[in-house]
Amino acid sequence: MITLGFWFVVIMTIAAAVVVVGSRNLVYSAVGLFFTLFGIAGLYVFLWADFMAGVQVMVYVGGILVLILFGIMLTHRISSVNISHTGLQRSLGALVAMVILFGLTYLIQNTPWKWVAGIEPESTTYEIGTLIMTDYLLPFEVASVLLLAALIGAAVLSRKNP
Amino acid sequence: MISDQLATAPWLMWFSIAGVTLFLIMAFNALAAVYVERKVSAFVQDRVGPMGQGAGLHAGKWGLLQTVADAVKLLTKEDIIPRAADRKLFIMAPFVIFIGAFISIAALPFSSIIQVIDVNIGIFYILATSSLGVIGLILAGWSSENKWSLYGAMRSAAQIVSYEIPAALSIIVVIMITSTLNLQGIVEAQGGIVWGFLPNWIVFNNPFAFLAFFTYFIAGVAETNRTPFDIPEAESELVGGFHTEYSGMRWAFFFLSEYANMFVVCGIASVTFLGGWQSPIPGFMNSPFWGLFWFMSKVLFLMFIMIWFRWTFPRLRVDQLMSVAWKYLLPISLINIFGVGLWILLVGA
Repeated sequence: MITLGFWFVVIMTIAAAVVVVGSRNLVYSAVGLFFTLFGIAGLYVFLWADFMAGVQVMVYVGGILVLILFGIMLTHRISSVNISHTGLQRSLGALVAMVILFGLTYLIQNTPWKWVAGIEPESTTYEIGTLIMTDYLLPFEVASVLLLAALIGAAVLSRKNP
Repeated sequence: MISDQLATAPWLMWFSIAGVTLFLIMAFNALAAVYVERKVSAFVQDRVGPMGQGAGLHAGKWGLLQTVADAVKLLTKEDIIPRAADRKLFIMAPFVIFIGAFISIAALPFSSIIQVIDVNIGIFYILATSSLGVIGLILAGWSSENKWSLYGAMRSAAQIVSYEIPAALSIIVVIMITSTLNLQGIVEAQGGIVWGFLPNWIVFNNPFAFLAFFTYFIAGVAETNRTPFDIPEAESELVGGFHTEYSGMRWAFFFLSEYANMFVVCGIASVTFLGGWQSPIPGFMNSPFWGLFWFMSKVLFLMFIMIWFRWTFPRLRVDQLMSVAWKYLLPISLINIFGVGLWILLVGA
C-alpha cells in the first residue's frame, strides 16, 4: 500500500511538472506548480522528513506560489494583454534535460551513499532545532539578516518617492 | 506517526471512515453555524430571525429547519458557469479551498483519544495546510473573468498573506512554552493549576501569552475573511468578491469551507491557548469523553464570538486593514515572543 502511495505521489509530481513546462497558459503553469510542490512535500514525508514537508508546503505553496499567482493577476487581463509563454528551442531544451537526467542518474548510481537505518526517527524537529542553534548558528543569523535587508529593500522600492 | 498508521493493515477502510466522519462534521458545522449566524444577527439587530409559522411546517420550531431548506435549495439550483470563465480552473477552485480546510481539520485533537492524524509537527502542519485555501481563492477570482471577483481575490491574497505572519508568530509563543509541535503534547502540557486557582492554560501562563491569544484570534478572524476583515467579499463594493460568479453547489462549497476554516481557527486557538480538551477545573470531569465536550464547547464559544464580531463591528478599509496587520499586530507579536523568552529565562515555563 505504501508503495502504491509512493508511486501515486511520484506520478502526480512528474505529470504536474510536465504541465508547468508544457502549458501555454501562464496560470495553468502556476497551477501545475501547485501540484508539483505538493508532490515534493509528499516525497519528504516518505523520507520521514515531516518538518521539511511542512516547510515545503508553507514556504513554497503558501508563500512563493501565492506571490507568483499574485504577480500574474496584477499583470494579466487588467491591461488586456494575453500573457502566454511560448516554447522556444524545444528540441535543444529536451536535449539538455536528457543530458542532465542521465548525468544525475549516473551520479546517483555511482555515489557511495551513506545508508541510515530505514526506521522512523523519534523526533525530527528536536535535532533540527539543536543543530540550528549550535553548529549552524552563524548561517542561520546571516540568512535572517539577508531576509531583513530584502524586506526593507522591498518596502523602500515600493514607496512613491524613494 | 504517519508511517505507523500507513503500516496498519486496513488503513484504507479506516481512512475512509475518518474522511466521511470529518465531512459530516464539516457539513453539520456549516448548517448549525449558518443557523446561529442568522439568529445571532437577528438578536443583535433586535429582530427574531427565522421562525416557524404556527402549526405549519414552514421552517420548524424557532426556524430550526431554515438551513436545511437552504441546503436543499442550494443542492437543486442550476449550476451556472459563465461563458467567459476559465472552465477548468473555475470548477477546480472550490475544491482547492475545501481540501485546505479538510486536511487541516483532520489534525485537530478532538479529545485525548479522538484524532484522525496525530502528526509530530501538528501545529506546524495546520499552519502550513491552512495556507492552501488562499490559492483556491485566487483561482476562483481569476477564473471568473470578472473585475469584482479579481479585485476580491487580490484583496484576499494580500490580506491572508499579511495576517498569516502575526498568527504564526503568536503560535510561536505557545511552542516556546510547551517546547513541542505535537498537538496532543501541547494540550497535555496544559494540565494542572497555575497562579493558585487558574487552570494551567497557556493564556494564563504569563501576561505575554495572554496578549498572544488576542493577537492570534484577531489574525485568525482576518484569515477566515470575516467581518470586520471581510473586504475580499465586501458586498457593498464588490457584489460578492471572489465568489460573485458562483452559484448552487459550488457556492455552497465556499461557505462550507469558510465555516470549516472558522472551526479550524477556533480549534487551534482552543488547543494552543485554552487547554484543548483539558477541563477548566483541573481533575474534574477529565475523561476522554468529557475531553470532547470541553474541546467542542471552547471551539463553539470562540465561533460564537466570531459571529458576534461580524454583527457588531463595521468593515475596515483596505489601508486600515494593512496598518492593523503590519503596524500593530506584528510589533505586538514580536514583543510577545521577546517577553515570553525573558519570562521563561527568569521565571520558568
